[in-house]
Amino acid sequence: MKEKVNYWKIFYNGIIPANPIFVLLLGMCATLGTTSSAYNGLMMGIATAAVLICSNVVISLIKNLVPDKVRIPAFIVIIASFVTVLQLVVNAWLPSLNASLGIFIPLIVVNCILLGRAEAFASRNGIFASFLDGLGSGIGFIFALVLLGATREILGTGKIFGAEIYPEDYGMLVFVLAPGAFIALGYLIAIVNRIRKTY
Amino acid sequence: MKLIVSLFPHIHTKDSIPWRMWNVVIALIPALVMSIITFGWDALWVILISIGACLLTEWLITRFLFKEKKFTLLNGSALITGLLLGFNLPSILPWWMIIMGGVVAIGIAKMSFGGLGANIWNPALVGRVFLLLSFPAAMTTWPTGINSPFHQITTGASQAAADASSGATLLTYINNGNTDLSSYNLLDMAIGNMNGSLGEIGGFAIIGGFVWLLLTRVITWHIPVAVVGSAAFFSWVFGGAPILDIFAGGLLLGAVFMATDYVTSPMTHTGQIIYGIMIGFLTIIIRRFSAYPEGVSFAILLMNSFVPLINRYCRPSIFGMKERRKMAV
Repeated sequence: MKEKVNYWKIFYNGIIPANPIFVLLLGMCATLGTTSSAYNGLMMGIATAAVLICSNVVISLIKNLVPDKVRIPAFIVIIASFVTVLQLVVNAWLPSLNASLGIFIPLIVVNCILLGRAEAFASRNGIFASFLDGLGSGIGFIFALVLLGATREILGTGKIFGAEIYPEDYGMLVFVLAPGAFIALGYLIAIVNRIRKTY
Repeated sequence: MKLIVSLFPHIHTKDSIPWRMWNVVIALIPALVMSIITFGWDALWVILISIGACLLTEWLITRFLFKEKKFTLLNGSALITGLLLGFNLPSILPWWMIIMGGVVAIGIAKMSFGGLGANIWNPALVGRVFLLLSFPAAMTTWPTGINSPFHQITTGASQAAADASSGATLLTYINNGNTDLSSYNLLDMAIGNMNGSLGEIGGFAIIGGFVWLLLTRVITWHIPVAVVGSAAFFSWVFGGAPILDIFAGGLLLGAVFMATDYVTSPMTHTGQIIYGIMIGFLTIIIRRFSAYPEGVSFAILLMNSFVPLINRYCRPSIFGMKERRKMAV
């Protein structure tokens, strides 16, 4: 007997209960490296989510064709193809974004979230479920990156999405640098998990 | 507290956290007096604001986040953090930056890890480094025209004013590529006639505090001697002036009061010596080869991170269990 799939739960799972950043702590490199401003965080999140959705769908399509022993290389090749497409698109249409994100766009290939969702979900489930899972995890990732980027931008430079909140002289520069990324991420994880446990 | 508990019988002493902490406060008084003499009442204000911020943060967190009924402010640990943080700041720092440093020192570096005894890094130094990275300009702007009254006694007022009117410290001067050190004399540095953060001037005052800490057995000689000795040695190796390197900047303050913090230093004497030597080495490396003129705070924080590893390496062998050591490492 086929069990009825709860699509809402699959979608929602990636946003809060299994949020890639705040709960699973996956893909830390891109998270810490690109969230110096809310805009960069948002764009990185969208880029990663786009690759995640595409690769989830394709991996779900070919899951029965790939021998078990070579599944990881196959997944990587699929992910790398989408990342290459994405990189060329960003290069062509948003050269300034390409300059500010730099190496982190090609590095989406080695982001654990992509391989993690492919291995744990897309290679075992249907196409629509995989699509929803990718969408949910992608939204969770965007949410986390924007939150972290906005926190760092507000504390570091007194702006949010480039709009000034208070004079930049009062901003704590350390939050734009690497140590501030770790401090801000640690506190955000603590706060989000506290809220998650309370409600 | 990390204490080495050996087999019984145990002797009860008057030793306790408050007793040790208040002795550290007493040992810091000469340096405090020296900084007030040199920088005027600005220095006292910086230190009072810093202590106030630390105490208030500690009280708010223990009361409203930890929900502890016990009043812990009197054990003096937050007071020392505030005092040491104040010693690490220039006397003309804006007041809100000092408060920010105090909140970071207690809130992020101490309470986030679980309060007294659980912090990985020295809270005062985390506060200082946070401010240094956040406000690099304000943290390296020193008052001009520093002229200690002691100096006028030793050399005469006219020459003193000419010697010490620049706004840069000796280490900034060296970091900018200057090699002519003839305008600095050692006596000036030892009696506090130089520029810098509040507590890093006046070598004699800090050495006096060190002697007090040794007499009251609050600390042992191992860490400070290892830090200063290794800094002098590596300064000589890299072709610097060892004595100047010891008296310049915060090396003495760091070696005596920061590196010896019980919570963030190794437990065994062997470990303490390894830790001290590495702090001295890193300090000189940062002073000579990095963009920062001063590296004591970074060196101590880096070695704080290695303390668990050093403790593991230097674990004393348990009586009757000779083979244990090999397994542990």
